[in-house]
Amino acid sequence: MSQPPQPRNRLAEVVAGLREFYAGPYRQTFARAQQDEDDLFLVIVLAEALGVPNPASYYTVELLPVVYDQFHDWHRRMGMDRSPLDHFSCC
Amino acid sequence: MNSLTLALIGAAMVLAGYALYSKFLAEKIYALDDSRPTPAVMLDDGVDYVPTNKYVLWGHHFTSVAGAAPIVGPAVAVIWGWLPAFLWVTIGTVFFAGMHDLGALWASIRNRGQSIGALSGRYIGARGRNLFLVVIFLVLLMVNAAFSVVISNLLVGTPTAVIPTWGALLVALAIGQAIYRLKWSLPLVSVVGVVALYGLILLGDNVPLALPETVLGLPDRSVWIILLFLYAGVASMLPVWMLLQPRDYINGLQLFIALGILYGSVLIARPEVVAPAYNTNLPEGTPSLVPLLFVTIACGAISGFHGMVSSGTSSKQLAKEGDARFVGYFGAVGEGLLALGSIIATTAGFATLAQWEDTYQAFNDGGVNAFVQGGGRIVEAGLGLPQSLAATIIATTAILFAATTMDTGVRLKRFVIQEIGQIAGVNLNRMLATVIAVGVGLALTFGAGADGSGGMRIWPLFGTTNQLLAALTLSIVTIMLLRRGRSPLPTLIPLVFLGAMTIYALLVQLGTFWEQRDWLLLVLDIVILISALWVIVEAFIAMKSARAYPGDDDQELALEMEAVAAGSAPRRGGSSTGQGHPQEGTPPPAP
Repeated sequence: MSQPPQPRNRLAEVVAGLREFYAGPYRQTFARAQQDEDDLFLVIVLAEALGVPNPASYYTVELLPVVYDQFHDWHRRMGMDRSPLDHFSCC
Repeated sequence: MNSLTLALIGAAMVLAGYALYSKFLAEKIYALDDSRPTPAVMLDDGVDYVPTNKYVLWGHHFTSVAGAAPIVGPAVAVIWGWLPAFLWVTIGTVFFAGMHDLGALWASIRNRGQSIGALSGRYIGARGRNLFLVVIFLVLLMVNAAFSVVISNLLVGTPTAVIPTWGALLVALAIGQAIYRLKWSLPLVSVVGVVALYGLILLGDNVPLALPETVLGLPDRSVWIILLFLYAGVASMLPVWMLLQPRDYINGLQLFIALGILYGSVLIARPEVVAPAYNTNLPEGTPSLVPLLFVTIACGAISGFHGMVSSGTSSKQLAKEGDARFVGYFGAVGEGLLALGSIIATTAGFATLAQWEDTYQAFNDGGVNAFVQGGGRIVEAGLGLPQSLAATIIATTAILFAATTMDTGVRLKRFVIQEIGQIAGVNLNRMLATVIAVGVGLALTFGAGADGSGGMRIWPLFGTTNQLLAALTLSIVTIMLLRRGRSPLPTLIPLVFLGAMTIYALLVQLGTFWEQRDWLLLVLDIVILISALWVIVEAFIAMKSARAYPGDDDQELALEMEAVAAGSAPRRGGSSTGQGHPQEGTPPPAP
């Protein structure tokens, strides 16, 4: 026989339900906004690789490994099956 | 007839519909099967496709479909007497709306969560899809124009609602900041938001605000309409977290509270229905009951818009197929109860028959103002609130629904205009597209005169367009049933009835517009009429071929799903933002 839910859990469930009711309809809109921000960040990090002089490249070069996976997602999303950068071949 | 009896009979009918007819539909017609994975489970990407608790999903679905339309439609239609409106709302909810909304959900979950637009391309052909685009653009245009007039009439008729209406914007802005910047917990924010909203209602009740009768040569109604369009334009350009999201949330909570207040008051006060069951003393110029009743009450009986919400967003969040019965059918039941509340408010909320007839002096005279007056009196009698406070609560509720629909409508119209621009090779920026969206809406509203009457005169056209959308959805569901060799009667009979009434209404209106020399509405009517005939011909051809060559859609889907499972579709964690799913778009508005 299953245990009846504890009051604390029930309260947590209500709060989770309320949060879902608040955020649910706009999940996609926020995801898209987040993606736009991520893409901008990616472009800044890859500025040097794209041939755009970047005064902050001393700092951003460290972030290249971090954006590696994102870059692969990005070029696939943009309709390029292979990496467009010769020296940045993720696949 | 006592209003409590009416409420109980109505509620019993729609609830019996849920208990019995939806069970029959779920088991025998749509054959919902919990062991079959839903698109939300198969394509879970954490963005669009998210398995969601059925009660939360019902809340989303219900608040998305419930807007001003289930209030306005019945409030206008009781001019023929309470009985025709009551019968159409209850029978319509059970056999039309519930079946239609559940059917749209079922059609979508059996097609990877695709929307009705995409499905019309698949089942009726490319022309069906083009037709869908035409119809949806017209619906958005009409919703904005009509709702701006509804709200401006309410603001003029109930000056005590001015402060809460515009103050609700400040509450929503504050809530957005409290959640995202100050990181308050959501339950706290919800309580503070609702208390602040009702505080504003109390304030507004003591401080009524009204514009001068004319401002710069324009009547006050027109000034409100222009201000509303300006607001909708600005709101649609702000980031969603700032205004739209907290506003929709507070409106959702307010919807449940207001429904509770209205039905609670009916339970306590039990006012008598003063309006006649069947009105034989119709004001001059009132159109015939058949067919106008069936297009005047759209949401609350059957509405094509529900199919868009069902297939656009709800279908991508169903955790189990069986949940479709609760979310789809019970969502329609909720909407039916809202429409029933509107009928009771506009027929039992008056002291005498003479007073009721005084309000309903002409077709479209009653409408939402009658709902506010009548509903206010019932709440006054039930909860003992002062009459003006009760009316302010009801008016604010109605305005908030209509305003939410307006700003989302402008936002969606902007997307459509930008897409059309892209097809035409013109890159329209956000600002320009919004200006066009607002401009077209204003042009339609003021097309018939400086008083903005064009917005309300197109209301019956909104009904026919919306019913056309429902007919499109029903024909897709019918074709799917035929392809599975199941009985199409539960969808085919309503489809034939709806199609006949819509075309009949369009022809009646065509004559009226011709007599009035109203060229704009005449052209719109002809466009809708051609679209309606087009739907019938295309659907008939598709049904004939589906009947001649039944194929099992589910097998096709199983193959597609296998391909998805093999790795060609986005999964949670695979892509940071889950791109690549077939359906994109912002949640649709709620008429």
